[in-house]
Amino acid sequence: MSIERREKWQGAALVAPALLWTLVFFAVPFAGMALMSLAHLDGREIVQGFDLGNYLKIFTEPALRRGISVSLEITALVTVLSVLLAWPLAWIIATVVPARWRRLVLLLAVLPFWTSYVVRSYSWALVLGEKGVVMNALVGIGLLAEPVQIMATRAATVIGFVHFFVMLLTLTIYSNLVQLSPNYARAAQDLGASRWQVIWHVILPLTLPGVMTGAFLTFVLCIGDYITPQILGGNNELSLPQLIMLQLGRRGDYPMASALSVVLMAIVTLAYVASARWLKMERM
Amino acid sequence: MLKQGCAITALVVGCAPALQAEELNALIWCDHADPAFLAPFEEAHDVRVNVKEYEGTAAGLTLLEQSRPGDWDVMVIDAVDVGRAVERGFLAPLPEGVAPLDDYFDEVRLTDHVTVEGTTYAAVEKFGYNTIAFNKAAVSAEDMTSLKALWSGKYDGRIAIYDYYLPVLGIAGLAEGVATADLDAGSLESLRAPLMGLKAASKQVSDVVASQTALATGEVDILVGGGEWLTAVLHEENPDLDWIIPEEGGLLWAQSLAIVEGSEKPELAAEFIKYVLSPEGQAGLATSSCYWGMPANKAAGDVLSDAQKAVLRWDDQADYLARAQLYPVPDAETDAAMQDLWTEMLQN
Repeated sequence: MSIERREKWQGAALVAPALLWTLVFFAVPFAGMALMSLAHLDGREIVQGFDLGNYLKIFTEPALRRGISVSLEITALVTVLSVLLAWPLAWIIATVVPARWRRLVLLLAVLPFWTSYVVRSYSWALVLGEKGVVMNALVGIGLLAEPVQIMATRAATVIGFVHFFVMLLTLTIYSNLVQLSPNYARAAQDLGASRWQVIWHVILPLTLPGVMTGAFLTFVLCIGDYITPQILGGNNELSLPQLIMLQLGRRGDYPMASALSVVLMAIVTLAYVASARWLKMERM
Repeated sequence: MLKQGCAITALVVGCAPALQAEELNALIWCDHADPAFLAPFEEAHDVRVNVKEYEGTAAGLTLLEQSRPGDWDVMVIDAVDVGRAVERGFLAPLPEGVAPLDDYFDEVRLTDHVTVEGTTYAAVEKFGYNTIAFNKAAVSAEDMTSLKALWSGKYDGRIAIYDYYLPVLGIAGLAEGVATADLDAGSLESLRAPLMGLKAASKQVSDVVASQTALATGEVDILVGGGEWLTAVLHEENPDLDWIIPEEGGLLWAQSLAIVEGSEKPELAAEFIKYVLSPEGQAGLATSSCYWGMPANKAAGDVLSDAQKAVLRWDDQADYLARAQLYPVPDAETDAAMQDLWTEMLQN
């Protein structure tokens, strides 16, 4: 066997486990779900077939259609806010915080991840409540005359999400920042750029792959999340995952739940396509 | 020799749990998951009860649909949904004499619901009310004697709605003078405006835990759909949490226990049901750490303490039972229409 051929086989053998894994645990279940989305519920019985009625219903029934817009609006807001907060935080950790303290600061940044996601969401419910710490403080220092409702609103959901994803994004952007050679900044400064110009014209564009990777992960995790909107949103509007759970838990409507899941997958795929040119996962 | 002895000992010790490992698989609601409730049965029968919690009949039936025969031995199910489960072949007939019906509260035998074509498939084990729970330190108890207060505007923003469409639509129906038994796809349209009005007046629509948290922390002062099942466990913490059946009435919930068709241990399953329906089992279930509720078997009154009976309002049951109506029992079409309306309300 020639060396070239042997290398080809070795490559295939090395890739095979990952391919097999993806095939068994992603492709096959996804195909099953896609098939299920073409079935329909007749009374309380699932009837297999090739029926696009569920998809039609998703885009024509206001309550279902609104689930898509609610999810997209929340996810877009969370992603933008998280990036805006995470980039300066990552930059401060990477450049301002002395090297010997960085490890501690990063540890503090990931500390919230050590608690259960559900417990963290319920904790936010207590913090954001009308009698919670935030409102007591705002009323106490005279910024508000009386408590306003944050809990059980979209704002609560966004706050819960941003708290989680800022940390995730900080880590991805930080890992990108520390890989940058300091010579880029030095060269720009030699050419007369101010510190702000260095950040805006040199550092920021160079961290774009890290930002986009983090933003994409935030988008995917946020749009598919059920727990945070369920606990903090007060069921005053339903996101796509909540609608999916409603079909499964309440109605036993697996075809509709599958169709909604396919739509969710399609949105994630579109987000990937839109951001693919900036995504460089191998740099993470 | 010593080595051999050790090996045999290790083998025997290692196998011991496996030899003892008769197991009963139960599809349950959270009140049955309390270890203190299961322990007496497990010890008496040298068996381990594996529990899986579920919420809502549709979810339970879906779980059964995806299981193999023999996966589950017993199941907790809304008494009004027993017929639905039997129709799909999920429940096995209940052996005679398992339920001490003579000791039951008359109104909760629910023979019409747990019996299909003369065969009994389930026994009611616990009941209570979906009505109005409130914080009497913040809400006038007199106001709560009528459902009209919910729509009066006085309590706007202080109301939570329990996220279960059947009882809340039932309550909205009672407010409109529609009996739960008369709720069908046709009469549903008349509930749209009151339901949307209730949503507009409410702060949140929440599940059991979130509702409890909201009421306990003062986030809301009223829970539509609440009752003793929600306030009793919080009674020691906050005795101001109260509930009432308004003059328009309230809804009676009743959960039942059944043997799952295909169980390979029907005798053990029947023994489990006997234990749950015994006075001791009933007292344990009534005061389970997840939620409290009235035992179907009156004999549990001999086991419960006076304080526990006071929290359960044991002495008022005759009046409550007379004024409460059963959950709506919708056919598939009405059920779908109800859930569509509920989803619309949530998204509104």
